[in-house]
Amino acid sequence: MNKAPAPPVYDGQQRIVRLILMVITAILGVMAIYPLLYMLSISFKPPPEVFRSNVVPAQPTLANFFYVLTEVPFWHYLANTFIVSSVVTVVALFFHTMAGYALARLRFPGREAVFLAMLSTFLVSLPVIIVPLFAMVRMMGMVNSWAGLIIPSIFDAFGIFLLRQYYLSLPRELEEAALIDGAGYWRIYWSIILPLSRPIVSTLAILFFLANWNSFLWPLTVAPQSDLWVVQVAIANFKSQYSAAWNYTMAASVIVAIPMLVVFVIFQRQIMDSIKTTGLK
Amino acid sequence: MTAQLNEDRKAAKRAALRALPTERREALAGILFVLPDALGLLVFIGLPMLLAIGMSAFEVDGFGGFRFVGLDNYARMAADPLFWSALRVTLTFALMAVPLLYVIGLMLALLVQKTSRFNTAMRFLFFAPQVVSLVVVALVWQLMSVEKIGVLPRLIASLGLGSVSFLGNPHVALFTVVLAFVWFLMGFYMLIFIGGLQDIPKEYYEAARIDGASRAQSFWHITLPLLRPTSFFVLVVSSVAAVSGQQAFDLVYVMTRGGPANATLLLITYIYQQAFQYGAFGYASAMATLLVLMLMAITLAFFWATRGGRFQYE
Repeated sequence: MNKAPAPPVYDGQQRIVRLILMVITAILGVMAIYPLLYMLSISFKPPPEVFRSNVVPAQPTLANFFYVLTEVPFWHYLANTFIVSSVVTVVALFFHTMAGYALARLRFPGREAVFLAMLSTFLVSLPVIIVPLFAMVRMMGMVNSWAGLIIPSIFDAFGIFLLRQYYLSLPRELEEAALIDGAGYWRIYWSIILPLSRPIVSTLAILFFLANWNSFLWPLTVAPQSDLWVVQVAIANFKSQYSAAWNYTMAASVIVAIPMLVVFVIFQRQIMDSIKTTGLK
Repeated sequence: MTAQLNEDRKAAKRAALRALPTERREALAGILFVLPDALGLLVFIGLPMLLAIGMSAFEVDGFGGFRFVGLDNYARMAADPLFWSALRVTLTFALMAVPLLYVIGLMLALLVQKTSRFNTAMRFLFFAPQVVSLVVVALVWQLMSVEKIGVLPRLIASLGLGSVSFLGNPHVALFTVVLAFVWFLMGFYMLIFIGGLQDIPKEYYEAARIDGASRAQSFWHITLPLLRPTSFFVLVVSSVAAVSGQQAFDLVYVMTRGGPANATLLLITYIYQQAFQYGAFGYASAMATLLVLMLMAITLAFFWATRGGRFQYE
């Protein structure tokens, strides 16, 4: 596509192979994105057009969006989701950077054991422990509460792991100079480590926000009361309520997906690079 | 004055701390720094895990009463046809999804691994589904599967293959869910594979080319063996996602609720039903315990198959 300097010798055959591969890739790419375009298309269609096969609506309308935003307390659900996602992201990053720093840079007895124990929680997914977790959270009196929605979502080993790897790669000289100057560990963490981790912290912030914006199972279980619904729970209920009205359901889906798609478009390089390096290093 | 006094007090405290041997101070700081996360993970993941094992030996009634029943819940599992059906569905799901994700993820990575503007755009397209929530993914695929009028049945009909009910037919429904699952996750594994491919030193390929190796040969003898750490990661993570992950749960919950005729009732869906619809927490915990044992076995098997996920140097 772009005119990078071509390798010196390039016989025609190889160029054709390359071209064919590019065409195949492009076809696969269109197939990959098709369901999302389909969702977008239906959200702009008036009811009679929903099951017609035209991708570009013949009579595009914003009525579906208006309906969802005015007839359903959708703003309320969006606000709930926003609050939960933001609080979880901020608190999680605070704790995870501290833990990551300690696990990478400070020597203390049991460090390796703690790290391995944390890593092993990767294998335990939420559905496996949801029954006892729910029972515990109920005992703590946190069902149908902000605390119940937020606190259990904070703890996840993925971020700790990534941050530890990042801190392992930082040069040691900075801390040593600070130590000689008499700075304490808290001071080093707060004024040296945290500012240095800005790139990875901002990437993780996006990933955490995304994960919490999209989470469904835990909010569904812990907060069945409708004024605490997050958008994903609302949208699943919305579907059962308006089972025939696909145009409304798709409009709601688009509203929920758009903010995250925008974030992704803006930060895609960062997000992709950070995921690329997760594959065990 | 007071500010000065405060400063003095702080300085005194700092001096006292500094009087501790450096090692002790460092250890103390380290422990305090990991404490919040360590406690959180312990309370919200470790403890529930242990509780699940413990609860599996009890019968729990709706009023918070516990009755010790030993291994009764496990016996009940053995005699429950729906459990066996859910186990079979879960294994079928994983046996379809994990290889598909591995092959498609690797294939996409090979197609777009070289950096160019075209490839960056394509990576973006393959990854985009990941950004949308599974609830929305499930809804879109449900809409695409609507009998006779959805895109998928119409596509099949236009190929002259007759009418297929994608979510209504028990033989097809599970496959449709797998399709949505793979579509959702393939971009994630593509990225992981790209990372792995970029870690393979270029010299190996050059050496192979000089020795006259074909592309296929260098793929089998260089790429695949050197991708072992990535393969291990992909296989374990995708198995967890397929066997007990939220991804599989969310999709089934919204797309089919386990139907038709329990054809898509996964073990995790069944566990959730038993716990939150019938209040059978003990029975649900017994099944969850079994699920964890299965995952441990799967992880060990992959660990063995990918030789501990290590590179193999000559």
